[in-house]
Amino acid sequence: MATGTPDKKTLTVIITHAPYQGTLARSGLDAALAAAAFDQPVQLIFSGHGVYNLLEQDTETAGTRNISKLIASLPLYDIEPLYIEAAALAQLGIATTALPAGIQVVDEPAISALIDRSDHVVNF
Amino acid sequence: MIYSLLVLASPMAGQTNRTAAGFAAELYNRGHSLHRVFFMDAGVETALATPVVPQDEVNPQALWIALAQQFDVQLVACVSSALKRGLLDEMEAARYEKVAATLHPNFELGGLGQLVDASAHSDRLITFGGV
Repeated sequence: MATGTPDKKTLTVIITHAPYQGTLARSGLDAALAAAAFDQPVQLIFSGHGVYNLLEQDTETAGTRNISKLIASLPLYDIEPLYIEAAALAQLGIATTALPAGIQVVDEPAISALIDRSDHVVNF
Repeated sequence: MIYSLLVLASPMAGQTNRTAAGFAAELYNRGHSLHRVFFMDAGVETALATPVVPQDEVNPQALWIALAQQFDVQLVACVSSALKRGLLDEMEAARYEKVAATLHPNFELGGLGQLVDASAHSDRLITFGGV
């Protein structure tokens, strides 16, 4: 358990939903960005189908807003690296070469360690 | 211990929203304090003033309202999630020239900063997730 000061807490945001399945992935990114904008340390983990958020997307035909720009803006808010669950990549057959720069592939013990050093964990 | 809750689940689907309300009530029973409940994504539907639920169904909103009336807990609906879903207070309804305000008076609209503040000022922040 991390011991944050009263006004600064390490927030871990775990995104498990695919980008256009609903609005949760987008909400998770918004929450992470808001926390970072208020100078809170943020750890962002993409797990399960959440790893689909990192793939290059063509949303023109789908008529929805592209989430890739939001992902690309994360380092500007000091949300880096982006943590990606290794098992999810293996299960979904996604090669790390398909993912953007600035990611870190993490196994279960590494995810446990990230959670352990968080004050709060929220799941989207 | 100081708790805050992040509720992402719609009150209309599944049991998660109801579980969150039960959890909130139990916090008071156990002597904890509840700093804020932040409704986001489909969770903001909890704050609608206008749902009409069939007589043989339960809307968990009633549990939240009872909680707000008994304990003066802050029930905040994320403004960006809310506006998209037609959930407006008087000010937003006037600003966007919509026919009516639709926010229940026991709830308020607030920005994501209110979630960050809840995180910063609570010992525990519990997510009641969406689907």
